[in-house]
Amino acid sequence: MTRGSHAEAVDDVGTDGAAEEVAENAELELRGVDKIYRARSGATTQALQDISLSVRAGEFISLVGRSGCGKTTLLRILAGLVSPSSGQVLTGGRDLWQGGRRDLAASARFGLVFQDANLFPWFSVEDNIALPLKLRGVDKRTRRARAAELCDLVGLSGFEKSLPRELSGGMRQRAAIARALSYDPSILLMDEPFGALDALTRDRMNLELQKISVVTGATVVFVTHSITEAVFLADRVVLLSPRPGRIRSVTGVEFPRPRSLDVESEPAFQDVVRRLRHELDEEGG
Amino acid sequence: MEPNPRMKWLPWVSTPVVLVLVLVVWQLAVSVFGVSEFTLPTPAQVAGALGGLLTDATTWGHIAITLAEVAVGFVVALATGVVVGVVLGRAEWLERALRPVLVAVQVVPKVAFIPLFVIWFGFGVTSKIIMAATLAFFPIMLNVMLGVRSVDRGHRDVMLGLGAKRWPTFRDLELPSTLPYVFAGMEVAVVFAVIGAIVGEYLGGSEGLGYLVVVSLNALDAPQLFAVIFLLAVLGCLLYLVVNGAKRFVIPWHESVLGADTP
Ligand SMILES: Nc1ncnc2c1ncn2[C@@H]1O[C@H](COP(=O)(O)OP(=O)(O)OP(=O)(O)O)[C@@H](O)[C@H]1O
Ligand SMILES: [Mg+2]
Repeated sequence: MTRGSHAEAVDDVGTDGAAEEVAENAELELRGVDKIYRARSGATTQALQDISLSVRAGEFISLVGRSGCGKTTLLRILAGLVSPSSGQVLTGGRDLWQGGRRDLAASARFGLVFQDANLFPWFSVEDNIALPLKLRGVDKRTRRARAAELCDLVGLSGFEKSLPRELSGGMRQRAAIARALSYDPSILLMDEPFGALDALTRDRMNLELQKISVVTGATVVFVTHSITEAVFLADRVVLLSPRPGRIRSVTGVEFPRPRSLDVESEPAFQDVVRRLRHELDEEGG
Repeated sequence: MEPNPRMKWLPWVSTPVVLVLVLVVWQLAVSVFGVSEFTLPTPAQVAGALGGLLTDATTWGHIAITLAEVAVGFVVALATGVVVGVVLGRAEWLERALRPVLVAVQVVPKVAFIPLFVIWFGFGVTSKIIMAATLAFFPIMLNVMLGVRSVDRGHRDVMLGLGAKRWPTFRDLELPSTLPYVFAGMEVAVVFAVIGAIVGEYLGGSEGLGYLVVVSLNALDAPQLFAVIFLLAVLGCLLYLVVNGAKRFVIPWHESVLGADTP
C-alpha cells in the first residue's frame, strides 16, 4: 500500500504542492492505513480504507464526517490505541508500532480527549486532571497548583474537590480536556470534545483551544460534527466518507491563525463552510 | 445524588415503630391467644433470660469464641478469595478450564461437609473456622473475578493513552474499580461466615453461641433459646455494620455509598 491513491481527492482542494513538502517533516503520518474490525460472530466491518494523511508539526486538522464513518477509529489509530489492519502509522517519522508493540516513548507526547469524558469516579476533579502528572512522578504540590490553573482555564474553578458524578456532562468533558492539557502534550487528539457544550461555552472553548494550539505550537487533530467549528479552528479540514471510511477531501482554510470569531461572518469563510456542507450532503444515502 | 431530605429520618422512626409492634403482637399472642409459653415465651421472659446470659461470664466466653471463628474464617476467605478471584479474572482460560468444577463446588450445599471437617479437624475451633471460610470464600471470589473483568474500557484507554506502566495502572485504575466488587462480596460473605461458624457449632464442640443454642434446646429452655438467637442476630448485624462502615470509609465515591444515605 502506498500513498497517492487519493490524488484526485486531494487535487480538487487547496492543498496545492504543499503535500510533498509536508511529507518530509510530518509530525503524524498515516500511510495506506486500513482498519477491519472483526466481531465475535465472525462478521467484519471495514472501518477505514487506504487512509493516507500527513500532519505537519503545529498544524491544526479538523476531521468531519457522518456518524459511524470512522473518525474515532482514525483517531485511535493515530494514538496507537488500536493497531491498523494494514499500512503504517508514524509519529515524528518513527513507526508507532515497533515489531507489533506500541512505542511507549512516542505515546508520552500525546494528549487524548475521548468522545466520553472517561473521568475516574474515585478521583476528585483535581486528581483526575493531575493524573497524567502523577504518572510522571510530579509531586503533589505542583500537581495541585497545575490542576487549579487548568480548572481556571476550562471554567471549573471551585469544583476542584468535586467528584465527577457531581458535574454536568459538559463540565466533565471540560475536565477531560484539562486532563489532556495537564502535561503540555505536543500532539493533541480530540474526539468531539465540545459536543456536550452550549453554544457560548463552545465558542469560548474554541478560542481557548486555538490560543493553546498557537501558543504551545501543539499539533492538533480535532474531530467534530460542527462544520463551522471545524473550519474556524483548522488549517485543513479532512472530510471522511462512510462505509468504508475514506478521505473524501482535504480543504485548506487560508485565514491566518489565530482567528477571531468575526471570521465566521466573512463571505470567504462561509463559502468554505457551504462547500463542505454540500459535500457532506452529497454522501447522503 | 441528592438524597430526599424527607426520607432521611424515615427509617429512624419506622424501625422503633416496627419493633414495638412486633413486641405488642408477640405479647398478645401469648397472653390473649394463649400460645403455650413453652413454644413462645413472653418478651419479658426472654429479656430476663438475656439479662441472665449477659451477666454470666461464660456467655461472653462463648461470644468471643464465635466472634473469633467468624473473624478468622472471614479473613482467610477474604485473602484466598481475592487472590483466586484476581487470578481467575485475569486468566480467562484457567477460569474456563475450571468452570465445571467451580460450578459443582458452588452448588453443593457446603454445610453437608461439616461432618467431614469435624472428622478431619476435630471438634475444636479449627473445623468451624474452615466452615466459615468455605462459605465466605465463594461470594468474595466470584465478585472479585467479576470486578477484575469489569474495568471500564474507556478508563483503560485513558491509562493506555498515558503510557501507564503496570503498577500505576493497578494502583490508580484496577484496584479502585475492583474495590466496590470486593466490598459487595464481603457484605454477603460476612453473613455467610456467621452461618458457617454457627452451624459448625451446632454439629459438634463445646463452645460458642451455636453450642449455647444446642444446650438451651436440650434443656427445653425456650426463653434462653430466644435470647441466644437474639445475641446471634446482634452479632450478625454488628459484623455487617463493620464491613459496611469500612466500605463507606474506603470507597466513599461509590454510588452504593453515595446513593445509600438512607439506609
Ligand atoms: N470496537 C469495534 N468493534 C467493531 N466495530 C467497530 C468498533 N469500533 C467501531 N466499529 C465500527 O467501525 C465504524 C466506525 O466507527 P467509529 O467509532 O470510528 O465512527 P465515528 O466516525 O467516530 O462515529 P461517531 O461520529 O458516531 O462517533 C462503525 O461502523 C462501527 O460500527
Ligand atoms: Mg466517534
